[in-house]
Amino acid sequence: MEILLNITIYLPLLGIAAILLMKNESAVKWSSLVVTTATFLLSLPLFFNFDIASSSVPQYVTEGGAIFAGMDVKYLVGLDGLSMLLFMLTTLMGPIVILSSWNSVTKSLKGYYAMLLLLQTASLGVFAALDLVVFYVFFELSLIPMYFLIGIWGGSDKIRATIKFFIYTLVGSLIMLVALLYLGFHAGAAMGGVDFTADWRFISSPEYTIGLVEQTWLFLAFSLAFCIKVPLFPFHTWLPYAHTEAPTAGSVVLAAIMLKMGTYGLIRVVLPAFPNAFMEFAPYMAVLAVIGIIYGALVAMVQKDVKKLVAYSSVSHMGFVVLGIFALNDIAMQGAIIQMINHGLATGALFLIVGMIYDRRHTRMISDYGGIAKQVPVFAVMFMIATLASIGLPGLNGFIGEFLILNGSFSSALYANKVYAILAATGVILAAVYMLWMFQRVLFGPITNEENKKLTDLNMREIGLLIPLVLFMVWIGIRPVDFTQYSEEWVETFITTSEEKSMAVLDQADMNELPNWTTKIYNVEEHQSGSQFLVNKTD
Amino acid sequence: MNYLHDIQSFLPGIVVAITGLTAILITAFKKSTGLVYNVSLAGLVVATILAIQSLFGEAGTSFSGMIVYGGPAAFGGVIITLGTLLSLILSREYLQSKGLESGEVYGMMLFATTGMLGLAASNDLISLFVSLETMSISLYVLAGLWYSKNYGAESALKYFLLGAFSTGFLLYGIALIYGATGHTNFMEIAAAADTSLLFLGGVGMLLVGLFFKISAVPFHMWTPDVYQGTPTTLTGYMATAGKAAAFVAFILVLSRMLSGSETGEWSHVISVVAILTMIVGNLIALAQDNVKRMLAYSSIAHAGYLMVGLAAGTAAGYSGVLYYLFAYTLMNIGAFGVIAFYERNKELDFTEIDSYAGLGYKVPAMGVMLSIFLFSLAGIPPFVGFVGKYYVFAAAVQADMVMLAIVGVLASAASVYYYLRVMVYMYFKEAHKEYSLKSPGMLFKLLLILLAVLTVYYGVEPVLPTTGLFELLTSFSYV
Repeated sequence: MEILLNITIYLPLLGIAAILLMKNESAVKWSSLVVTTATFLLSLPLFFNFDIASSSVPQYVTEGGAIFAGMDVKYLVGLDGLSMLLFMLTTLMGPIVILSSWNSVTKSLKGYYAMLLLLQTASLGVFAALDLVVFYVFFELSLIPMYFLIGIWGGSDKIRATIKFFIYTLVGSLIMLVALLYLGFHAGAAMGGVDFTADWRFISSPEYTIGLVEQTWLFLAFSLAFCIKVPLFPFHTWLPYAHTEAPTAGSVVLAAIMLKMGTYGLIRVVLPAFPNAFMEFAPYMAVLAVIGIIYGALVAMVQKDVKKLVAYSSVSHMGFVVLGIFALNDIAMQGAIIQMINHGLATGALFLIVGMIYDRRHTRMISDYGGIAKQVPVFAVMFMIATLASIGLPGLNGFIGEFLILNGSFSSALYANKVYAILAATGVILAAVYMLWMFQRVLFGPITNEENKKLTDLNMREIGLLIPLVLFMVWIGIRPVDFTQYSEEWVETFITTSEEKSMAVLDQADMNELPNWTTKIYNVEEHQSGSQFLVNKTD
Repeated sequence: MNYLHDIQSFLPGIVVAITGLTAILITAFKKSTGLVYNVSLAGLVVATILAIQSLFGEAGTSFSGMIVYGGPAAFGGVIITLGTLLSLILSREYLQSKGLESGEVYGMMLFATTGMLGLAASNDLISLFVSLETMSISLYVLAGLWYSKNYGAESALKYFLLGAFSTGFLLYGIALIYGATGHTNFMEIAAAADTSLLFLGGVGMLLVGLFFKISAVPFHMWTPDVYQGTPTTLTGYMATAGKAAAFVAFILVLSRMLSGSETGEWSHVISVVAILTMIVGNLIALAQDNVKRMLAYSSIAHAGYLMVGLAAGTAAGYSGVLYYLFAYTLMNIGAFGVIAFYERNKELDFTEIDSYAGLGYKVPAMGVMLSIFLFSLAGIPPFVGFVGKYYVFAAAVQADMVMLAIVGVLASAASVYYYLRVMVYMYFKEAHKEYSLKSPGMLFKLLLILLAVLTVYYGVEPVLPTTGLFELLTSFSYV
């Protein structure tokens, strides 16, 4: 099985080598499709053989030798409860984005599919990596294909959009690199025997704790990188821009997979490594998340461009995920994890649908449409399901995630204030407003534009690529436990571990050695005198 | 005294020197540049093999303590001979297309390489000075090769005048150090060193001379003009082999001469210069429209990253610098090589970034390779440039110089903009006019492909494959 995981990650890379040798354009398309479909099929055994009961332990682990001499940096991949679903989402989206570009991309075809495949490998690598340096490498690698996807096959203002995207994300991740180096040396010293270690299994383990001062800086550096990627308000400005200019497939991958790398990183690295800072900064992060939820929704409401509207709705929805993560209880964390998947499915589908209508009419302005539901009934149905999933209608997936997140945030001991959940809930209402309003303006009413009378409905390829997404939207909506069970044990274990680690750090903290601001932020004195419990355990 | 042992310890240098003399002699009597080229090539191949072999030999000093061999000197020797070899092969076709090829060019390259090898093996201020001048004077000549146009004369003159000026500093520093300690040998100086003003002033001036050679800010002014005026493949040669030699000499000076606890507090000076170099180099590079000038400023910036490793002052830092030099040689010669490939065509001025519009689609392989080299220079994983940066910044973090590392990564984030800009032109803009590019010779093409493959390979598999080499790098002794 270990070998299967590696094959799944690198098969797209082999696919690139194959398509670069091909002359025939349709052969390039077909082989990309075959490769990504094979990747998906190969990932299925990983999914079904996964040991759910011990999802906190990485499975299918491949461990290579040390890459850098004298440092414990090694090729280390595996899947656990946190990454399993995201990994599957990535392999599922692979063939779908290939199919979605079938006829709409004609310019330098080989390069285009090569970039999509490279992106596939990079994304799978991010989710499977268990060594933080390897994680970082894949994290950065994913920028390169996206840079070209937007820059070459993008819209009219593609150059500015792609450079902004690239540099914005890179600044964050470079600061993270320095933090990662620091963390690595710190962990290496704690581990003993090596100078440096980036092994996530050690860093997240209860044996390894970091002092409060270091935690604060490391937390800020890592969070910055991940929050830019999410993107959390106020670091979101690159996103609407990149989404609007990107080709359909680029937008889909960006929304469905790349944004998740940010929230994934917050859970994977930030929570277990810097639990004290995580807990103390949680309310501030929640404030940003709530602002993002409401701000994103309000801005989405006034958009004239459907794609931009969906892009801003992403800002809003990813705010929910961040809110769920920092609530730090089992319910909200489970909600955040499943909401990552939900957002990937629903927003991915919305971008696909917008792309389909754009291919026909070459406009994304809401005002250019109206009343097309009669012309394109199948399209309307698909669009409706995706819209309803996105706004969180019960029975579809979006509801599950948002419900769990709001539920968990409401009772979160860290937030200690129900206002967060209440304000965030207005985001759900606003989402219904902007999505349904847009839906109504595009699909219902009289046909105002003559050209829309010639619209053709979805063809088999387009229906086919949407079907799996719709299927999962309904499945998760009706039987969420089939999916949430994957991360259940993981979430329990790591929330407990993190709380214990944070307690241990506070117990060991030396009041006389710590700078004043640290003791203040972390309430060390109160903790050590036993007068205050920072976190109530949630079971 | 064991002459055989002395000769053996500096064998690559001696081979290159003899080849250089042979090349010049052939040029004097025969008109065949082809023969000169072949002789030079053969000599360099032999020297490279010898240099690689010396990696596995022992370390020590020879020529009465003037020369050090093994350890960093051996690794520097490999980078220098390899860099020269690659540049030589790429130069032939390029220079021919520009009508600049002559036997003397190869002769001068070989002499410069002799100087570089000496510089990277100096254990004495005298050998340091003599090697540095051998290298520099040959490079002045090469910089002026294009004297008829393209700022060639300006480039050579500027290089020469400023170089002479910096040599003055260097010599004066040597004189002061000699005055303070009565020695010229690194180890003996280290033993006799004190914190007198005379000694510190001498070291300061010596460092100024070295800063000039590695084009550190504020001694970088010559770099852009010289890089722009020099034929492209030779620019690549100067920027890689020349820089490697100066940096290895810097390591030797720091680790052998200034290793004492009281006299070794130069780390702060180097940190400040490193910060300035990284910031200034990257910021000015942002505004360049000439690709060669852009790469010149980028090379200044890279000197800054390299100095981060020097500032760390640990074995890890020095190994990081050596690895970085190796990485830089691969990707920079590659980048200059692709630019040289474009420049062979006369339709457009391929040093101007505007000419790169739509170029990525013309010869796709070349476009992809240039992208790889530029991404690597920008320090994006999984290319070798990232590994180099990783090593030096890791060393800085380990040596508690987190701020230096943060400035470094922020500066390199800024650098991404100008590296990407070339790709923006190559891929995201439409070509201005129709033209076709001349296809290069087989060897030229293969060499670039090899460099691109190595750039990726060492990015994914950072430890050099030869067992023991890295241990040698991390554990070289200073004695």
